[in-house]
Amino acid sequence: METTALPQQLAEIVDDFQALSEPDRLQLLLEFSRGLPPLPAHLLDHPELLEQVVECQSPLFLTLDIADDSERSVSLFFSAPPEAPTTRGFAGVLQEGLDGLPAAQILAVPDDVPERLGLTRAITPLRMRGMAAMLGRIKRKIRESGAA
Amino acid sequence: MQEGFPRMSVATDPHDKFAEYAHPERLVSTQWLADNLGTPGLVVVESDEDVLLYETGHIAGAVKIDWHTDLNDEVTRDYVDGEGFARLMSAKGISRDSTVVIYGDKSNWWAAYALWVFTLFGHEDVRLLDGGRDKWIAEGRPVTTEVPQPQPTDYPVVERNDAPIRAYLTDVLDHFGNPLIDVRSADEYTGARTHMPAYPEEGALRGGHIPSAVSVPWARAAAEDGTFRTRDELDAIYRGEAGLKEGDDVVAYCRIGERSSHTWFVLQHLLGFENVRNYDGSWTEWGNVVRVPIVKGTEPGVAPVAAGRR
Repeated sequence: METTALPQQLAEIVDDFQALSEPDRLQLLLEFSRGLPPLPAHLLDHPELLEQVVECQSPLFLTLDIADDSERSVSLFFSAPPEAPTTRGFAGVLQEGLDGLPAAQILAVPDDVPERLGLTRAITPLRMRGMAAMLGRIKRKIRESGAA
Repeated sequence: MQEGFPRMSVATDPHDKFAEYAHPERLVSTQWLADNLGTPGLVVVESDEDVLLYETGHIAGAVKIDWHTDLNDEVTRDYVDGEGFARLMSAKGISRDSTVVIYGDKSNWWAAYALWVFTLFGHEDVRLLDGGRDKWIAEGRPVTTEVPQPQPTDYPVVERNDAPIRAYLTDVLDHFGNPLIDVRSADEYTGARTHMPAYPEEGALRGGHIPSAVSVPWARAAAEDGTFRTRDELDAIYRGEAGLKEGDDVVAYCRIGERSSHTWFVLQHLLGFENVRNYDGSWTEWGNVVRVPIVKGTEPGVAPVAAGRR
């Protein structure tokens, strides 16, 4: 599997998934769903700052902050209810895989990353679309902010 | 399933609310299920939209059936065949005479879809947990992450019998002049939404609805807590607003046939309509077929002459 183009922290996650059997990949996704960090206080108080990704089967809200440093490093924030573990799992993978990276590096992440997790058969292509949509939304928000 | 009452191997739930429905034996309450867990002959099945939800915790002893990976054929756009269904039933510890209680997320939307597929194979005693997963959890009832390892059964290979409850595209063309219920959201019905700027295409090339179909979004049949609305409330919606009459031959559809399974359950089992079919091709088929008629906007529009009557 071609992972050289991925940022290191995301490539490690992809490798972890690839090393497992299909049922264990689902368990790993479940762990990511449990590990998704809660929203920081400034967003809990201002839910209107979050944007819904409607392509996800369950409600998923995300937003990002771009630092005023030379790299324009990006902080990612996600919110999804516990009744939506698959959606939370996708968010957890993107959070751990992309959080803190320079804007340009996130924009360079290939759009087919969700397919590289090896979950498509077990999760189905329809459901994987939600994760692709999240990645697309993150990139769009970065572009709209003019950070690239 | 239309030859009167099924043989029930586990006693039915005598709940007052259910007694008003045409087929009260098709529902059980959370209390009934809590009281009957572990009864020989009872198998509890969880069927959710979210493929990982069962793994986060489920009713003790419940097995998981996934609508996409278990019930759909992997290649053809169809359901599993008799052999596939028998294999699945065996793996889940379900016998032909088992009482199967299905529950799931989102007001039992996917649970109803699973129940409809069980019915294609003529599994007699299959019921829904009123209120589904959310009600069970809201009531603080216990869940476990322990996955049961059922003894395989010798479930027979039964040929699927689609005709009574499943409509194909040609059946819908022949059906014009009879009631059609579109159970999608208002924006899908009018055609305002199949795709939006900067969003991916949702799978249909045209937006709108099948001519003459009335709009009754599926979730109107569910109360706030995910339970089915009472008989009176359902009659007001489907016989009152939607104008269905005794003896009507009804086809329901949505986008891929999942939400309309919920409405199928309501019409067939709760309101007692005997000829209700779910058009599972639904909008992802109709909205892409060359030269089938479509109506846009809020009005149902006029049914063309049925193909079979030309």
